[in-house]
Amino acid sequence: MSDSHAVATTAEAGHHEHPSYQRHHFVSMEQQNETVSFGMWLFLLTEIMFFGGLFTAYLIYRNWYYPAFVAASHTLNIVEGSLNTLVLITSSFTMAMGVWCAETKRHKGLVWSLIATLILGLGFLGIKADEYHEKYVLHHIPGTTFSAEGFVHPNEEALKAGEKPLAPDMAAKTEVYFSLYFAMTGMHALHMIIGIALLSGMLFKAWRGGYMNGHIAFVENFGLYWHFVDIVWIFLFPLLYLISRHQ
Amino acid sequence: MPEHYEDHDVNAGHPESEQHIVSPMVYFIIFLALLVGTGLTIGASYLEMGPWNPVVAIFIACVKATLVVLFFMHIKYSSKLMKLTVGAGVFTFLILVGMSLADYFTRAWGQW
Amino acid sequence: MSTIVSLPDQTTARVPKRNYITNENGILSWLLTGDHKRIAMLYLISITFFFFIGGALAGLIRLELLTPQSDLMAADTYNKIFTMHGVVMIFLFLVPSVPATLGNFLIPIMIGAKDLAFPKINLLSWYLYLVGGALTLGAMITGGVDTGWTFTTPMSTHFSNTNVITTGLAIFVAGFSSIFTGLNFIVTIHRMRAPGMTWFKLPLFCWAHYAASILMVLGTPVLAITLVLVVLERTIGIGVFDPTKGGDPILFQHLFWFYSHPAVYIMILPGMGVISEVISTFARKRVFGYTAVAFSSVAIAVFGFFVWAHHMFIMGVSNYAVLVFSLLTMLVAVPSAIKIFNWAFTLYKGSITFETPMLYAFGFMGLFTIGGLTGVFLGSAGTDIHLTETYFIVAHFHFVMVGGMLMAFLSGVHFWWPKMTGRMYPEKISQLAAVVTFIGFNFTFFPQFLLGMLGMPRRYAAYPPEFQVLNVFSTAGASILGVGYLLPIIYLLWSLKYGEIAGNNPWQATGLEWQIQSPPLTENFTTIPVVTQDVYDYEWLERQKEHEVTHVG
Repeated sequence: MSDSHAVATTAEAGHHEHPSYQRHHFVSMEQQNETVSFGMWLFLLTEIMFFGGLFTAYLIYRNWYYPAFVAASHTLNIVEGSLNTLVLITSSFTMAMGVWCAETKRHKGLVWSLIATLILGLGFLGIKADEYHEKYVLHHIPGTTFSAEGFVHPNEEALKAGEKPLAPDMAAKTEVYFSLYFAMTGMHALHMIIGIALLSGMLFKAWRGGYMNGHIAFVENFGLYWHFVDIVWIFLFPLLYLISRHQ
Repeated sequence: MPEHYEDHDVNAGHPESEQHIVSPMVYFIIFLALLVGTGLTIGASYLEMGPWNPVVAIFIACVKATLVVLFFMHIKYSSKLMKLTVGAGVFTFLILVGMSLADYFTRAWGQW
Repeated sequence: MSTIVSLPDQTTARVPKRNYITNENGILSWLLTGDHKRIAMLYLISITFFFFIGGALAGLIRLELLTPQSDLMAADTYNKIFTMHGVVMIFLFLVPSVPATLGNFLIPIMIGAKDLAFPKINLLSWYLYLVGGALTLGAMITGGVDTGWTFTTPMSTHFSNTNVITTGLAIFVAGFSSIFTGLNFIVTIHRMRAPGMTWFKLPLFCWAHYAASILMVLGTPVLAITLVLVVLERTIGIGVFDPTKGGDPILFQHLFWFYSHPAVYIMILPGMGVISEVISTFARKRVFGYTAVAFSSVAIAVFGFFVWAHHMFIMGVSNYAVLVFSLLTMLVAVPSAIKIFNWAFTLYKGSITFETPMLYAFGFMGLFTIGGLTGVFLGSAGTDIHLTETYFIVAHFHFVMVGGMLMAFLSGVHFWWPKMTGRMYPEKISQLAAVVTFIGFNFTFFPQFLLGMLGMPRRYAAYPPEFQVLNVFSTAGASILGVGYLLPIIYLLWSLKYGEIAGNNPWQATGLEWQIQSPPLTENFTTIPVVTQDVYDYEWLERQKEHEVTHVG
């Protein structure tokens, strides 16, 4: 293996200078940073597998109930969905810039990058809330309030847009689509909320002058988390919103 | 980077470690590429491509995700171990999705 | 009978005054510790507690099955009993058993590190485990769950009137305990090895835990999302597993078994790591084919991800899936077999002695082999159709998990007891307990193979009267087994006060953990070792003893 040599190349433990934020079971800051980063990546692997279950379910049912999935997907607002995608991609960019500012000890740059990321993140959630509200109004939330009426008898606007009425049993399958829609975007939004909470804390600390002494592991590893949440959305968007918009 | 705290060669065996600072220009180019990709995928969904629609959509999404992982998440500049780790995650994900779907697709093939 | 035990002079020996137990005092110093050894001890106490709860439930099962009628308890109650038995034993005992106790204690020491990579996350793991355990107990006390530990849909999502949600949440939380432990181990083994400790000088115990940790990190999250979906289905009726809404119950099983099959390897691999260490020490010989054993651990982990649908052969998956998964299941048996062969060859021409850990290890080798071979009958789709959901399955997994894993756990606890506590347990009674356990085990579970082949279904409170004789045998065996498990509690606790002082290396074993004091210092090493000797290098050990004067701790 490439790391068959040990990272700890000093035989003496704890007898040399080390910064106050170095933990005592580590031999060097380099070891600590790489270790923490590796730990973060392993955590992201668990997240990949966590969402993996939902993607599996989605792909199976999309194959089984394609017409229902198409019709249901068309009720999602593509403008809001695309806007959210752009918002998240931009927030990934601003977060990457934030990491760069921390690496190069640019205090103001870091603060502004984090503020931008935070605002974009909140913007994403705001747009999502609006979308969820629309789903609520249309009775598309699975459970006791769900109604597939709009798919069996599409209204004028939908018919003009090219929607065809679904047979009642296929129309009922739109509830499966919406179950997955809410499970997947809901789980994603939950991760966004957690991220925003952590980001706020980090922003506060950065504003007070933190992360300028080279100890930027938190910023870097939070960046990894944030980019991962962005990647989940990069897959959610085409799968949920863009099922053959040409029909 | 706290190089002055080390009393051994920091780069011993880790030539591509976190020392590499990615420039904002790289980030900006990747950002633009992601925007272009988003536009492409939206546009492609309005084209009639039959069974290729989902393939194109997933392909574009994979390219975008790869760009984020390589550049925004620094994997391109990280050690082999990190690359292997990401690969292992993706591989296991593909096993879950692939082998489950294989069951569903082959049910339609009948009883032999 | 000869023994390799070498203890210091008991008239002058003392347990070292400064060690990880005496280092700090007060309950908070334990409850807020970052010391991997203290956390290991906290885990040991907790999992023992849950083991006895699971064991009590097993006792109730066997009592009920003494008679063909469901006369001790109603069928519904019986369903709850075996469900809770499974949930407690698997998630609260077997999964954390070796990793969270022995793994936590030993891995940093074995690699020459001062602690795991993330001590606080290690402590968090324990608290998550406790929360999961508390929720499970709560669910049990307030009515239990009756779906079987496998939570099969649509029973668990629609028809069960029991505490499915609470138990699902409990397992979700306990799952994260497992994930964090695995994450910690992977990072530690990669990044925290001492100078000179290359991958191929690692004790096989570390390789085994590394492989199990990969499974923990990659597999457990799928269980987590599955449980979330079950809870959502039960609460708001999302329909993802509900046939009336277009869902597929089999999807639940795919997602559930994607974790739960690797879970059995999560459970057994650390036990195999223990066996490697014990067999080497008590045969005074390097493990035969070290590289093969190391790689086979990883191979079990990798292949373990490819075979989950062999739990679903009769459930309605496609015949092609059955074929593929059956073939892959045959493959996954190979690395396990490699290990058994290698241990056997380690014993060949070794200087074997029969201390308690070795007795348990012998028990493991025999019983795990039988359990594993019966797994082949089950992996072969044709025979599985007859044997699945019968007592054959029950016997199979109890042979590998109890005859295998639990014996490995006891072997490890006895082997490292002197290191962890500074005291030796009493040898004669512990050997007796090992033999009693072995006898009790065989009486309990071997008849169950026969019952399964004869057609007795599992999870039934009532059965046809012709099966009673074998069931009575099984219950009788269970009572003997219970004695075998109670004895260690008694004498191990006794040894804490009255056991002989162990010294650094009572077994004259190789490995870094035996070169430091018993119990170890909080920081493990006074100076970080530089590793020059090979793993299982008994010649090096001989030379060390010649050159060293007896030293205190």
